[in-house]
Amino acid sequence: MSRVRVLVGTRKGAFVLTSDGKREQWEVSGPQFAGWEIYHLKGSPADPDRLYASQSSSWFGQVIQRSDDGGKTWESAGNEFAYDGVPGTHQWYDGTQHPWAFARVWHLEPSLTDPDTVYAGVEDAAIFRTVDAGRTWQELSGLRRHTSGPSWQPGAGGMCLHTILLDPTRPDRIFVAISAAGAFRTDDGGNTWRPINRGLHSDGMPDPDAEVGHCVHRLAMHPSRPGVLFMQKHWDVMRSDDAGESWREVSDNLPSDFGFPIDVHAHEPETIYVVPIKSDSEHFPPDGKLRVYRSRTGGCEWEALTRGLPQSDCYVNVLRDAMAVDSLDSCGVYFGTTGGQVYASADAGDSWAPIVRDLPAVLSVEVQTLA
Amino acid sequence: MLPAHLRTLARIDGEAEVEVEGPATQRSVLDALEARYPMLRGTIRDYATQSRRPFVRFFACEEDLSHEAPDARLPDAIATGAEPFMIVGAIAGG
Repeated sequence: MSRVRVLVGTRKGAFVLTSDGKREQWEVSGPQFAGWEIYHLKGSPADPDRLYASQSSSWFGQVIQRSDDGGKTWESAGNEFAYDGVPGTHQWYDGTQHPWAFARVWHLEPSLTDPDTVYAGVEDAAIFRTVDAGRTWQELSGLRRHTSGPSWQPGAGGMCLHTILLDPTRPDRIFVAISAAGAFRTDDGGNTWRPINRGLHSDGMPDPDAEVGHCVHRLAMHPSRPGVLFMQKHWDVMRSDDAGESWREVSDNLPSDFGFPIDVHAHEPETIYVVPIKSDSEHFPPDGKLRVYRSRTGGCEWEALTRGLPQSDCYVNVLRDAMAVDSLDSCGVYFGTTGGQVYASADAGDSWAPIVRDLPAVLSVEVQTLA
Repeated sequence: MLPAHLRTLARIDGEAEVEVEGPATQRSVLDALEARYPMLRGTIRDYATQSRRPFVRFFACEEDLSHEAPDARLPDAIATGAEPFMIVGAIAGG
């Protein structure tokens, strides 16, 4: 019988939640790396027992951990993220130029085919790759060296590269997103990159339609249709049908089009999920009601999913990397909150129940569907 | 002597002892420590600058040596092992 393993990164450690395919009874293990911020942990699609974790702290910097037994035991991997050459500068909050400086790894994206190859999205924004299971990391510096690089500036959370999508049909195509520079794509394995932000409109910018500078919060893709992308921008939910060449807004009847995560149903490429948040200064759900919104039409028509979720006095946030889906026949959807709850739905969002209620603030949620 | 989180990371029970070739300095002690426990690289000193991380302090013989030059000689009591070189995580919330 299939099993599900949910990997949860929090402000104070990592937790692994496991269940059988019914997803009713859960075993909670952790915390691993207690006291450290775990921005993200994720398993290799090519070897589900191979996991990678980003462990960091304000005191002791960045550590990368690797597990070869599904998270039971871990070994420290390489943690040197050196920018290629002289890093140069980017724009700072006050408009001055600021040296590029490594702060932490926000996101780890294992290769679809090789357990030893992983991409890392880091702050200050850059993408790194290891091909030796995390022992050494090399920057794919064509991204940071894009001519627009000196104009990139941090969002409130730092200038982070937080999203990496690998195209399963074109191994040399990678999509990334940076706050607050926007989305970028490479078609040559990471040597050269170009912005893919046409159609985005951000009123907080001097030129709302500029090529770069947009605060993209998250990208999502269904593996069967890698040319169709979905985006939760700072404000606006967006869709592209041409691999990011152009975007159109699909927010429509959402109660707020601000939010962080966005994800796609495992078996229905037009079914997508977002969690509306009231505003960029009020990082909690509108009306104190925690609602996931689902569109079965790839955007534009949204329905509120509320059964099992708190519908009064709820003021948590759901961060950008804190939503995931499993690939069981009845698609499971999962998300974690800054209040420490991890909610699961075994019926594609129709009903929800908390797996755990009292973890530290959840930074990331990933799901592995195991045979 | 290391902060608890770094002892856990390096799987050290109690104090770590290292042999230092040449004069005992902050740099030579930390180099020896990192050679024996590679997982500590980057956690005490920044990789790029080799500077002490802001929330890490160095104490020895009841003195704060955090602002001493990395190549300044440590007190003899450290070099002989009579007193510990203390790597301390700053007391700060979070």
